[in-house]
Amino acid sequence: MRSITVIGASLAGLYAARALRTQGFDGRLVIVGDEHHQPYDRPPLSKDFLTGACDQGQLALTDADDTAELYAEWYLGTRATGLDTGSGTVLLDGDRSLDTDAVVIATGAAPRHLPGQVPADPAETGVHTLRTLDDAQALRDDLARGPARVVVIGGGFIGAEVASSCAVLGHDVTVVEAAPLPLVPQLGEEMAQVCAGLHADHGVTLVTGTGVAGLQGGATEGRVTGVQLGDGRLLPADVVVVGIGVRPNTSWLEGSGLPLEDGVVCDAGCVTALPNVVAVGDVARLDGRRAEHWTSATEQATVAARNLLAGSTVAAHQSLPYFWSDQYGVRIQFAGRRLPTDTPRIVEGSVDDRSFLACYEREGQTTAVFAVNRPRPFMRQRRELMRATQPVTA
Amino acid sequence: MITVCRIEDLPPGESIRVTDGVPAPVAVFHTEDGEVYAIDDTCTHQDASLADGWLEGCFVECPLHTAFFDLRTGRPTCPPAKYAVRTHQVSVENGQVLLRIGVAEPA
Repeated sequence: MRSITVIGASLAGLYAARALRTQGFDGRLVIVGDEHHQPYDRPPLSKDFLTGACDQGQLALTDADDTAELYAEWYLGTRATGLDTGSGTVLLDGDRSLDTDAVVIATGAAPRHLPGQVPADPAETGVHTLRTLDDAQALRDDLARGPARVVVIGGGFIGAEVASSCAVLGHDVTVVEAAPLPLVPQLGEEMAQVCAGLHADHGVTLVTGTGVAGLQGGATEGRVTGVQLGDGRLLPADVVVVGIGVRPNTSWLEGSGLPLEDGVVCDAGCVTALPNVVAVGDVARLDGRRAEHWTSATEQATVAARNLLAGSTVAAHQSLPYFWSDQYGVRIQFAGRRLPTDTPRIVEGSVDDRSFLACYEREGQTTAVFAVNRPRPFMRQRRELMRATQPVTA
Repeated sequence: MITVCRIEDLPPGESIRVTDGVPAPVAVFHTEDGEVYAIDDTCTHQDASLADGWLEGCFVECPLHTAFFDLRTGRPTCPPAKYAVRTHQVSVENGQVLLRIGVAEPA
């Protein structure tokens, strides 16, 4: 194998490129990224970057030494438009193409838009999504124009973090969630209730059980003025942030012959239907499951590199899902796989103090762990869960 | 010099965060091998307290991400952290854990 092309220059793509070099690949390594920026870390975009507590430079995932060591050809600001697996060609925008022996797919995911909402320049409409540095910069600029009525559509982790950051900046914030309670699929009702309570603790209004019928203004009609709810209410708004999930970026692979189904279909070792094509990060559906977690992206990169260089699946991603969220000065952490019937038990601290550790249990066994402002015991429990997870061998 | 605690209060495998009398929080660790180390508490990658991290030999794993820091040098062993944390002198005298804050730049 003389050349490998990594499509996607964010966390998963960068880590895959690093892993390939670490594992001894010394051929031609090409990294294609549709953003103009060098790889950067996304988690702070909804938190410290939005509040101004950190700046672009602090988000960098690489430095000059790092980049030199990688010895890669970078195609930044370049979008992959197709993959011809037969001839080993990656098609790029501007009628360019790259010949390659192997491909790492790391194209991530893109925010969902409201039904019927045509994406427009957020600087003109005041309607934002948040995924990239440019998205975050546009929102930060908009929020800097003065006190605003901010409506966040979607009460998931991104929505909650944005709401928290906007509250820190002194804006009047409302979160709209279609479900009766946000985060129930992730945390179950009891712990979701705790997270919902954080909004009220910090003066943020949470409106639940109603969808959004549409926006007032916000498209060709200029700046947004309000959010029309499904139940008839109208929320006045100067800034709207839509945080209703993401969809994996796979459209460029249509016609490639690679199986696609809510992501690029892979085995447990990140290998697609072809041994010389692997997928990592948010775009990869491993063994029927797609994760959108920072830690999964980095772990998968190592496994994918190994299998790609071996020419077959010799290692599997032994995953224990883990994610964290910082909102309202509270650190939330979750690890494990819970079923809706698993019941959480507070093992230390208390909900009222907003500092506790809860273990989800099924027939006396801990299946997942959830912590609010308890990083240390959380890490112990997470470690124990990781140990309990049997290594998967391919 | 700062008296952190009595050594009995910091059993092997444990760590403590020192915030009083220091310019920035310091994490003091007592390893399973009986050594005591002190480093800056805040991970250089993102805002996380290393005293909350996972101690393995003379390395600590950041509680938020997967960066490991060498307690002897302050250096991260792998991404995402790129910069070393400062190390500080720490000793055990008459049963007391004593901390001297260094002003040296990270190794």
